[in-house]
Amino acid sequence: MQIIKSLRKFDLALLVLSVAVFAVLEVLIDMRIISSFWRLQIILIGINVILAASLNLINGITGQFSLGHAGFMAVGAYVSAIMTMWYDLPFGAALLIGGLAACIIGVLIGIPTLRLDGDYLAIATLGMGEIIRICILNIQAVGGASGLTGIPRLTTFAWVFWIMVITLFFLKNMINSTYGRSCISVRENAIAAAAMGINTTFAKVLAFAIGAFFAGLAGGLFSHYFSIAHPSSFTFLNSYNYLTMVVLGGLGSMTGSITGAALITFITAALSDYPEVRMIIYALCLILLMLFRPQGLFGSQEGSLLLRRLMNRRKEAKANGSTLGNN
Amino acid sequence: MKFSHKAALLAAAAAASAAALAGCGTAKPAGSSDLIIIGANLEMTGSNASFGTSSLNGIHMAVEDANVAGGVLGKKIQVIGVDNRSEVAGAADALAKLAESGVAAIIGPDTSSNVIALASQAAADKIPIVSPSGTNPAITVDPATGQTREYLFRACFTDPYQGRVMADFATGRLNAKKAVVLVDNSSDYSKGLAEFFTKEFQEKGGSVPAQEAYMARDVDFKPILTKAAALHPDIIFVPGYYQEVGLILRQAREMGITVPILGGDGWDSDKLVEIAGTANLSNTYFCNHYSQEDDNPKLQDFIRRYEARYGAAPDSFAVTAYDAAGLVLEAIEAGRSDKPADVAKALTGIKGYDGISGKITIDSHHNTVSSGIIMSFANGRRTFIERIDPE
Repeated sequence: MQIIKSLRKFDLALLVLSVAVFAVLEVLIDMRIISSFWRLQIILIGINVILAASLNLINGITGQFSLGHAGFMAVGAYVSAIMTMWYDLPFGAALLIGGLAACIIGVLIGIPTLRLDGDYLAIATLGMGEIIRICILNIQAVGGASGLTGIPRLTTFAWVFWIMVITLFFLKNMINSTYGRSCISVRENAIAAAAMGINTTFAKVLAFAIGAFFAGLAGGLFSHYFSIAHPSSFTFLNSYNYLTMVVLGGLGSMTGSITGAALITFITAALSDYPEVRMIIYALCLILLMLFRPQGLFGSQEGSLLLRRLMNRRKEAKANGSTLGNN
Repeated sequence: MKFSHKAALLAAAAAASAAALAGCGTAKPAGSSDLIIIGANLEMTGSNASFGTSSLNGIHMAVEDANVAGGVLGKKIQVIGVDNRSEVAGAADALAKLAESGVAAIIGPDTSSNVIALASQAAADKIPIVSPSGTNPAITVDPATGQTREYLFRACFTDPYQGRVMADFATGRLNAKKAVVLVDNSSDYSKGLAEFFTKEFQEKGGSVPAQEAYMARDVDFKPILTKAAALHPDIIFVPGYYQEVGLILRQAREMGITVPILGGDGWDSDKLVEIAGTANLSNTYFCNHYSQEDDNPKLQDFIRRYEARYGAAPDSFAVTAYDAAGLVLEAIEAGRSDKPADVAKALTGIKGYDGISGKITIDSHHNTVSSGIIMSFANGRRTFIERIDPE
């Protein structure tokens, strides 16, 4: 009971914190104190956090190596754009339908492919992402190779921020739920999990479906910010990019995914003044990180946990100090 | 040992963040009075890196030429090049950075999708963007509303415009009165070309008694060619891609149809020669954006200097970027102002600008009209026939 109460308190504190962060950023953006470069960075970071966190659910929490995230993003981007352009649906509903479409594709593809493991699954998801992209490339109704243009620019900072917050809250609670625990057990040892009566296929498909849903939302935000959905924005290189964010932050850590997404988004943008050395510096950062911290910035731990542990240690040190003083 | 590891990591992190911070520090206060800044938002890395690299070379040469000639409005011109990673997000990053640098106008991106992604932001920032080579009609006209985008321009002509160039060529040089059009019904490109060709051909007093349709990947064109031949046309216009065009040319010549056959830049491939066969390519003409054999002295001079400087022949991205920069400088001169909004206004009215790819005119709907290059084949090699300037 005590634990649940403290968790709720923690959730509430986080919610208050996000409202405060939102208010501050919104005011800064409205008053044009933040330059357009940083405004764009904040929005891109928000979208990438959604993508990285949802990929983390599949790759980090459930331990299924997926390389098809850009494919799900593409489905969401196109479907939501079609909803706002052809059917005049409100933006929120269009995003939701885009996410659900990605989710359905995720389930359809997940059921056969999630019987595979490790490298085999990686290749299968890579192929799946490419199939989605090539299909779009050949559908003339959505613009084919020239992309879907004329999408209204509906994505604002508020949309990105609150969808990001909802995504993170959902994923956090999901990971702490029965379903989340079964996902983690699949990652740790699928055979042991099955022996304990956990439906491992269900857990995998569930993670895949939820991950795909949020990737679809992010895709919708993306296409409604840039007013274009283009197949070249959803190649497997983009999937790798999101995977890099997750691995950089630490597989299995949501705090890590957030940090990874923010860092990579910022570094890529900042280095675009130096096209000659951009890829070298970028790659060097990744190599150094993997050499010195192969488990990623946060390992598989959460920032909140680390914070708590640090505070506990300090408390202990204080307590020790006082007892020492008494002796 | 452990310490040295940590020290190395720290040093690396510091170096990376220093580089990153320096990257954000490019913002310069706008309006430095003796300098005009032109931004270049180009594909310098990523999947289309060759486009942007060529274009940047072209822009540098155009700006240096202008500076040698004394600059514009008595001010020197400076280029700031920012990489857009061949991505829409990267193009937006680059636009934001350039906007903070106080640019008069931005040249690039080269690929249509990256330009279209900037439309809303360019309008919000009121900065004109001139794409050297983006041919998608949605760049200048918003397909959702049909409105002309106030701040988006291009330096090359769009695909359908070639239809008009070929109609001019057919009625002028070939003196044709009757044409049959064979259109690839599965391609917007082909339908657009056919429509513009027919309109212009009829305006010039010609008649188009029939338009026959085929589909991509068809292999037998004898039925439509028989129908076309029965009308005894002076020319046949085939605005398609080389795959089908090659077969059409081969089958037409085998059937004894000897009239000139015309087409657009979809013909521009070595595969066409392979499929059609060298002998069947006689008396055929197609339209292209640029030819190295074009006898325009300005172009020949540019090609010579470009080769001397960069060690390779310029491609069309370098040529159109050179003209894009030229158009921007011309607009600054014409509007007597380097304020971005004024440059956009002046760009809209440019008429008959003498670029290296030919004469360039930008109409009120930002449709760029420029010279079309007519090419033909001699012994299986593409040859330059003539340049058709817009009126």
